[in-house]
Amino acid sequence: MANPDDLRYSKEHEWVRVDGSQATIGITSFAAEELGDIVFIELPEVGATLSQFATFGVVESVKAVSDLYSPVSGEVVEVNEALRDTPELLNADAFGEGWIARVELSDTAELDALMDAAAYADETA
Amino acid sequence: MSAAKAPERDASGRGAAFASAVAGEDLAIVEPLIFDRSRPERRAVRFPRASEEARRVGAGQPEIPAALRRETPPRLPEVGELELLRHFNRLAHLNMAIDLNFYPLGSCTMKYNPKVNEWAARLPGLAESHPLDPEELSQGSLEIMWLLAELLGDISGFPAISLQPAAGAHGELTGMLMTRAFHRANGEGEQRTKVLVPDSAHGTNPATATMVGYETVTIRSNERGGIDLGALRGALGPDVAALMITNPSTLGIFEDQIDQVIAAVKDAGAIAYMDGANLNAILGRFRPGEAGFDVMHFNLHKTFSTPHGGGGPGAGPVGVSERLEPYLPAPIPVLVEGDPGEVRANAWRGRSTPGVRFALDADRPHSIGKVRSHHGNFGMFVRAYTYIRSNGDAGLRGISEDAVLAANYLRIRLHDVYDLPYDRLSKHEVVFSGRRQKREHGVTTLDIAKAILDHGIHPPTIYFPLIVEEALMVEPTETETLETLDHFVGVMRDIAEQAASDPESLKRAPVTTPVGRLDEAGAARRPDLRHSFANDDSGARAGAEAAVAASARSGSRTPTT
Repeated sequence: MANPDDLRYSKEHEWVRVDGSQATIGITSFAAEELGDIVFIELPEVGATLSQFATFGVVESVKAVSDLYSPVSGEVVEVNEALRDTPELLNADAFGEGWIARVELSDTAELDALMDAAAYADETA
Repeated sequence: MSAAKAPERDASGRGAAFASAVAGEDLAIVEPLIFDRSRPERRAVRFPRASEEARRVGAGQPEIPAALRRETPPRLPEVGELELLRHFNRLAHLNMAIDLNFYPLGSCTMKYNPKVNEWAARLPGLAESHPLDPEELSQGSLEIMWLLAELLGDISGFPAISLQPAAGAHGELTGMLMTRAFHRANGEGEQRTKVLVPDSAHGTNPATATMVGYETVTIRSNERGGIDLGALRGALGPDVAALMITNPSTLGIFEDQIDQVIAAVKDAGAIAYMDGANLNAILGRFRPGEAGFDVMHFNLHKTFSTPHGGGGPGAGPVGVSERLEPYLPAPIPVLVEGDPGEVRANAWRGRSTPGVRFALDADRPHSIGKVRSHHGNFGMFVRAYTYIRSNGDAGLRGISEDAVLAANYLRIRLHDVYDLPYDRLSKHEVVFSGRRQKREHGVTTLDIAKAILDHGIHPPTIYFPLIVEEALMVEPTETETLETLDHFVGVMRDIAEQAASDPESLKRAPVTTPVGRLDEAGAARRPDLRHSFANDDSGARAGAEAAVAASARSGSRTPTT
């Protein structure tokens, strides 16, 4: 699936959609496809503090268990509860219904360390 | 190969039978559940009725709350002995097993388990011994444990051994608990909080470090598949408790800078742990204790041919250097009266030594304690001892030679059709990548693995190690003939060809197995773990629900059946 132009991307295959002081984060379609059918996700707690490029959760697919690396720092204000029972949303709609968490950004300057869609497409080519 | 053209499976004709059984069906169970064979009052064994006294005692168990006491008998299947025997024999033959099929499951060393091991383990004097028998009646069993520890010491170069751990990961846990005890005794328990683990290590290594309370730091591999020495030196410091290294690694590669790795770890005051799961590749060639490692676990169920997988149980003894010896689990079998050399020489000639005495030494004040009830999985010690004795020095060296030769033979014969990201001399296993098949034909490694099943071969490990894209991890072991290896090469080349000519047929594989492509994601997302009786009653349901609730509490989320 094409990587949306309005998102920023990390080398660890997470995406960020910035909306004012908050951001929504998730894993890319490329990541979901590489992982295969995802069967479980360990979500962060609301109120948890994330650090950029540090682990904040775990996804388990039929192939492997992998860490999730947060693309930004900040406090978790909401998590996608639907993923607990239907982790397949990560495979079906990674950039939409498969969003993972919403974060109150602590440092918007961090976004400069992320890639745009074109650079991420090169990264995964 | 396609659904219409299933391969010959073997001389038994099972392949054909299975193909017709599944024709047109996505999922066909060819052997009913034992519950479906059940008829009221059929029995394989009739037990005597419990005495009145036993029933009174059973009914009056005060420690079991009334709500949890069973009112109705459990709904066990009711079948005669012959039905039972046929059912399990049929199931056994539906399985892919080392006694039926080539089983090159990388990292697991699924070698043949010689039947002489079973003979020894079934000798009545050993099979009927009890861990609570007094020492004076257990001298033979203690001698076998002592001798096995001596032999493992010779093989590994470690001066002391504990046989207690019940599996490889349990051996790792034991090793890391000793590491922690060592640092605490030196007043550095608080300061050393990190364990370094290369990205080519077994997944259990970081899990073990975490279990013991350490923070795991991943060390990346260099482009040759070895440890990046610069990254290692950069990560080492006064806060590092240990390096855990799998050697040879999960890439099947021997760490050729091992001397520099160990020196760097020791300079930093850390413990050097070697995961010995891949010892099969280096038996009689490399002694980790001599090379400077502080601790290593053995997998008797890999290297030393005790049953692996469902057959287990496992056994994961640990060997340690002198500086970790005080922390070994207690007790340890020791020779208290007699000359070790004489006992060993006599044992090798099949004789016992008169006038000697063995004991269990529990007087070890710095020990981390017991890690396993009684003495460990004793039946496995007997099998491993038998294996070592029946092979001898030259035989053990022959094992590593043949295991390495077999892996390299497959590497050379297949590297033109499957990518080899780390094209180096292999040890016990070789890791191919299915990335070419995926990119060019949309055929994934999972499809290839399923297609291998159609040829009566257990697939290799797939998607591991994680650092190899679309990994196919092949470990043929030393026990296969050249003909079997050639057959596997033929199968793998055919599948590569089929990936190009008819990729869709591989998506349908397997077609000759009792059940076709399983919905693994569905099974993991929505596991259905209980049997539903046709006319369920509350007693049986309560029992099943209690079991499900217990499994939910224990955090289990994947099917274990």
